[in-house]
Amino acid sequence: MSAREEILNKVKDIVAERLRVPRENLKEESAFVDDLGADSLDQAELVMELEDEFNFQIPEDEAQEIKTIKNAVDYIIEKMD
Amino acid sequence: MLKDKVALITGGGRGIGLSIALELARNGADIALFDVNADDLNTACERIGEHGVKAIGLNVDVTDFEAVSESVKKVADELGAPVILVNNAGITRDNLLLRMSEAEWSSVISVNLTGTFNVTKACLRGMTRNRWGRIVNIASVVGLMGNAGQANYAASKAGIIGFTKATAKEIAARNVTVNAIAPGYIRTAMTDKLSDEARQTLEGLIPLKRLGEPADVARCVSFLCSCAADYVTGQVLNVDGGMVM
Repeated sequence: MSAREEILNKVKDIVAERLRVPRENLKEESAFVDDLGADSLDQAELVMELEDEFNFQIPEDEAQEIKTIKNAVDYIIEKMD
Repeated sequence: MLKDKVALITGGGRGIGLSIALELARNGADIALFDVNADDLNTACERIGEHGVKAIGLNVDVTDFEAVSESVKKVADELGAPVILVNNAGITRDNLLLRMSEAEWSSVISVNLTGTFNVTKACLRGMTRNRWGRIVNIASVVGLMGNAGQANYAASKAGIIGFTKATAKEIAARNVTVNAIAPGYIRTAMTDKLSDEARQTLEGLIPLKRLGEPADVARCVSFLCSCAADYVTGQVLNVDGGMVM
């Protein structure tokens, strides 16, 4: 499994658990608010979970830009490099 | 019953805070105390331990954001993440506003209001994750009615009430309730400073004709933390012998 796939899997795990969405329904393009019904509290929690899982802080303005699963994966890869 | 739940009480070393800790321990909760007085913490933990629950005391100043955050982590490691939080730490620095120094103002706001923010923030994540939490903020009737010589204290306590309501709305979807208790005049070191004359005048203003006891407040905190109060959030419960209606 590539590093990207691993990160994608982790993100999907977190999103499925937090938003109580069946994991198989999640696509890379899935948007938290528009497709998965997240509210602002859900979004805040998702960001916190990502911070915990990948061990870095996400500044507020950058957090606002993480709107889809793909956004999250790309962001994490960029941060880890 | 609060068995296997971890409760954190700030200012829990003595007075109303200790009484709350003992009451929650009697109901089975494990207890973590934050207090600036290390001696108080030791004796408090011994007394709490008599109820057969775990108790730890941490010497921490609630105005220190980083220290609070570290200390909450320590509690989580030793007992589990706190799912009950009682923001009780508070001070008074009374003076007429004409004479009040900036230090008197800011120290009261820092401990009472910013301290409440700091500890709540540090505990909130554990509670939302847990999908169950209880926050009880100790305000004061002075925050509702004002009191000459206590502009700083009244502002901090009114601030706590606003904070309670906003937080209650934000976090309700995660089954975390946030309520405030507004004690009236309760017999503690804070009110022992009153002269006999002042005390008698006060008692005349209280329909129930007595000062409150710390246990009067503690039992109401315990109620708000129990399943009896599952459907209560964003409320201010006055525990004041009927003084403010």
